[in-house]
Amino acid sequence: MAGPKTAKLSSPPTTTPPETSVAVSMLWESYMQQTPNRLKLIDAFLAFIVLSGVTQFVYCVLVTNFPFNAFLSGFGSSIGQFVLTASLRAQVNPQNRSEFKDVSPERAFADFALGSIVLHFFVFNFLG
Amino acid sequence: MPTAYPLPKDLSPAIVTNTASLLRIIALGLISGAAIASRLFAVVNFESIIHEFDPWFNYRATRVLASKGFYEFWNWFDPTAWYPLGRVVGGTIYPGLMATSGVIYNLLHALHLPVDIRNICVLLAPGFSALTAWATYMFTKELKDESAGLLAAAFIGIVPGYISRSVAGSYDNEAIAIFLLMFTFFCWIKALKQGSAFFGTIAAVFYFYMVAAWGGYVFITNMIPLHALVLLLMGRFSSRLYVAYSTWYAIGTLASMQVPFVGFQPVRTSEHMAALGEHSSSMYQLIFIHLTLTGVFGLLQIVAFAQLVRSHVSSKQFQELLVSAVISAGVMGFFAIVALTYKGWIAPWTGRFYSLWDTGYAKKYIPIIASVSEHQPTAWPSFFMDLHFLIFLFPAGVVMCFRALRDEHVFVIIYAVMASYFAGVMVRLMLTLTPVVCVASAVAMSSLLDTYLDPKEPDTDEQKGRSALVGTTSASIGTSATAAPVAAPKKTKKTKEKEAPVAPGGVLGDLVSGVASSAAAAVQASETASTSKSTKGIFGLDTRFAVIMNTIGLLLFFVLHCTWVTSSAYSSPSVVLASTSPDGSQHIIDDFREAYYWLRQNTAEDAVVMSWWDYGYQIAGMADRPTLVDNNTWNNTHIATVGKAMSSPEEVAYPILRKHDVSYVLVIFGGLIGYSGDDLNKFLWMVRIAQGVWPDEIQEPNYFNKGEYRVDDRASPTMRESLMYKMSYYRFADLFGAQQPMDRVRGQQVPAKGPTLDYLGEHSVGFRCRGNVSNSSSADEAFTSENWIVRIYEVKKDDILGRDLKIANAFSEGKKRKRSKPVSRRKAIRGW
Repeated sequence: MAGPKTAKLSSPPTTTPPETSVAVSMLWESYMQQTPNRLKLIDAFLAFIVLSGVTQFVYCVLVTNFPFNAFLSGFGSSIGQFVLTASLRAQVNPQNRSEFKDVSPERAFADFALGSIVLHFFVFNFLG
Repeated sequence: MPTAYPLPKDLSPAIVTNTASLLRIIALGLISGAAIASRLFAVVNFESIIHEFDPWFNYRATRVLASKGFYEFWNWFDPTAWYPLGRVVGGTIYPGLMATSGVIYNLLHALHLPVDIRNICVLLAPGFSALTAWATYMFTKELKDESAGLLAAAFIGIVPGYISRSVAGSYDNEAIAIFLLMFTFFCWIKALKQGSAFFGTIAAVFYFYMVAAWGGYVFITNMIPLHALVLLLMGRFSSRLYVAYSTWYAIGTLASMQVPFVGFQPVRTSEHMAALGEHSSSMYQLIFIHLTLTGVFGLLQIVAFAQLVRSHVSSKQFQELLVSAVISAGVMGFFAIVALTYKGWIAPWTGRFYSLWDTGYAKKYIPIIASVSEHQPTAWPSFFMDLHFLIFLFPAGVVMCFRALRDEHVFVIIYAVMASYFAGVMVRLMLTLTPVVCVASAVAMSSLLDTYLDPKEPDTDEQKGRSALVGTTSASIGTSATAAPVAAPKKTKKTKEKEAPVAPGGVLGDLVSGVASSAAAAVQASETASTSKSTKGIFGLDTRFAVIMNTIGLLLFFVLHCTWVTSSAYSSPSVVLASTSPDGSQHIIDDFREAYYWLRQNTAEDAVVMSWWDYGYQIAGMADRPTLVDNNTWNNTHIATVGKAMSSPEEVAYPILRKHDVSYVLVIFGGLIGYSGDDLNKFLWMVRIAQGVWPDEIQEPNYFNKGEYRVDDRASPTMRESLMYKMSYYRFADLFGAQQPMDRVRGQQVPAKGPTLDYLGEHSVGFRCRGNVSNSSSADEAFTSENWIVRIYEVKKDDILGRDLKIANAFSEGKKRKRSKPVSRRKAIRGW
C-alpha cells in the first residue's frame, strides 16, 4: 500500500519494458483520477515512512548496526506506523465501506491514534 | 405456529432482553464464585501454603518485589542460586506473574488493606480463574451466542484440566497465563470480525502481557499467523484481516522484545541463544515460528498492495505487473537470504532444525528434559480424567464449527487441531487444550439445548418448511432412542443408516463414544435431511423432556467428577503430604518443612546445600540457604556434576563436594513410609544426566543387576557404593532391630547390614535425629525428619592430621573398640 511509487521503482529492471511501463502509467493515471485527496494525503505519509524505513535499513547494512536497540526500535517504528497508517487508509477508503460496518472514519482515526501511542510507547522504551 | 408448551403473550421484548442480561450477569457471577471456591480445597484441606517446586521460586521473587520495589527486583542478582555461579534473576524469568502480584499487593496496601503477600500469591490463581471464565464467555459469545458462552464459562470454571494448574497455592505462570491466552484470542477474533485497529492493539497489549508471563506465549505466536495464513489460502483475504493482523503483529512483536528473557529472539537468532532458552529444540521451534510470523506479515502486505493495484488497472495489465513483480521480488529475496546467512545473522538450517518435526528429539538427546514427568506423553485416561464428558462433546463442537465456518470458526478448528496434537505429545500441554475443548463442547451442547428447548413445533404440512430449526430427530438416537416419537419413521431409518458408517469411520477416532458419535452423526444426518426434507423440529414434550433430562444428568455428573478430581487429585501441595489412616482420619506428614526449618535454624547462613535439582527452589524458599542446582535447568553441566556426585562412590564424590563448598547434602528417602517420589526412584535420571557429560566414569548399566533395578542384596556393587544409596539406607537397618529391613517403596528387602559413610555425616551441630531410631547411641547423620523422608548429611571437613578420611575413620573406630568407656559416657550425655 505504499502508493504506486514503489511499484514504479521496481519495474525498470524487468524484461518486458514497454508493456509493463504502459501498465504502470495506466495505474498511475487511474490512481491520480480515482483516489480522493484524503487518501492521497495518507499515501504521501506512507511513502515518507517507506523512505525513512529504507534509509534506516540501508544505514544499518552499509554503515553499522551499533546501537542495535536503536536501529530495531527505529525500524520497528517505521513498520508499525506504516501498517497502522495503511490500516487507517483501508478503513476510511470509501470502497471498503461495506467491509467495515462497525468502524466509522472517526472511530478509525481514534483507533489509529491509540495504536500509534501504544506503538511509540514501546518504541521509546526500547530505544535503550 | 404450534408450540410445545404455552408461552406468555404479554411480555414486551425490552423486559425479555433486560431479564436475560440480568440472568447472564448473575450466572457469570455464580460461575466465578464456583470457579474460585472449587480451587480452595487445597487451603481448606491443608493450609494457605505455596505448592510444589516452581511456585516457591515465584513466591520468593515476589517477596523481593513486594519488599524492595520493582527496580531492585529487576536488577536482582541472586548469589545463592547455582552456587557458585549465581543467577541474574531479572533477565532470566517471565516477570508477569510477580509483577501482577506486586501490583495487587501495592493496590491493597494503598487501600489500607494489609494483606500478606503470601495470601495474595496463594489466591492469585483462583482469582484469575474467574477472569478466565469471563474471557471464555466473551470468546464463545463471538462464536455462537451468549448461552453457549455461559456454558463455556461454566465448563472452564471447574474443568479439572485447568484446575490442575490453578488451585490455590499453585503460584505458577500458568495461573494467569490461561486468562491472557483466552483474552488475547478474544481480542483477535473481535479485531478480525470488525476490522478494528483498536481490538488489534488491545490484542497486542495482552500478547505482551502473555509474553511477560509464560513461555507458552509461543502458542499465540503460532496460532494467530497460522489462522491468518489459512484464511489467506482459503481465499478469505479482506481488509479486515489486514488491519487486524498488521496491527497485532507490528505492535505485538515490538512489545514482546521488551521482555529481557525474550529479547531479540523475534528478530535474530543464533546458536548461543540456546543457552538462554530452556533447550535447543524449543529454540528452533521459536525461530521457525517467528519466521512464519514475519512471513505471513509480509505476505499480507503484498496481497493488500496487490489488491490496491488491482482496483486501479485492468486484469491483463495486472497480470503483467504481477509477473514482473514476482520475478524481481524472488531474485531480491534470494540474494537477501544468501547475504543474511553468509553474514551469520539468521540461523542456518542445521540438522537440529529438524528436531522441530521430531517430538521425541528432546527425550532422546537431552535427559534433563525427559526426566521431567510433565514432559511425558499423555496417557489416554488422563483425557477423561481432566475433561470428563467434554472430550466426547469436543469433536461434535468442532464439526459444528465446520458447518458455520466463519473466520472465527476457522480459528477454533485450527486451535483444536494444534492443541490436540500438542496435548498428546506432552502432559503439561493439556492445559492449552482445555480452553478449546470447553469452547467447542459448549457450542455443541448449547446447540443441543437450543434445539430441544425451542418451543416451536414443526409444521405438519411438509411442503411449507418454514421452520428454521437446525435440530434433528436423530440426535435422540444415542441418548433416548425409544422415547422419541419421531416425526417420520423413514427419517430415523435413514439416519441410522447414516450413523453406521460414521461411528466406526476414522474421522473422530476412538475418542468418540456414544454421545459424541450420535451428536456428530446427527449433524451430518441433519445436513442430508435438510436437503431432502424441509420440515425439521421436535414434536411434543416427552422427547424434549427425555433429552434435556439426559443432558442435565451429564452436567451433574460432570460437576461431581470435577469436584471429586479436584479435591482428591489436584489439591495436594506436595510440600505437605496427607495420609489417611484406616479409620478415615487424616494424618499430615510435614517432613519437608520440618527439615527445611531445621536447616534454617541450625546451619550457618552461607552453608551450601547440595540436593537433586527438584528441591533447589524449596530449599532456597523455605530454608533460605544457597543451593548448587535448582529447578531452573539451564546449566546441564552443573546438574550433571550433582548427578555425578550422587552416583559416585564416596572417594570420588568427596572432592567434588569440597570443591563446591558443599556443607550439607540433602536426600529424599521414602522407603520408610512408602513415599514413591523419592530420590532413589529418580536416581537413574541422575545417572543418565551424569553419563551425558562423563560417559567414561558413569555408566547406566552398572547400576543394574542383570537389567533389574535393585536395592536389596542383589544390588550391583556400583549401586551399593554410590553416595545416593549409602545416604538413603544409612542406618536404615537399625530401625528394624532383628527383623529384615524392608523398603516400602520398592518392595524389596534391603541388607540387614547397612552401608557405612566415611566422608559424610559426622554431626557437628549436636542435634539428634528425631526418628524413632532404636539404637540412638549417636546421631551420625545431621538430621533425619520424622518419617525419614528428608535426610540431611554434613560433609566432613578435611582431617586435621591430613589423613584420608577413610583411614582416619578406621583408626578412630579401632580406638573406639579399645576404649569403650568414654564413648558410653558420651552416649549418656547425648541420650537426652
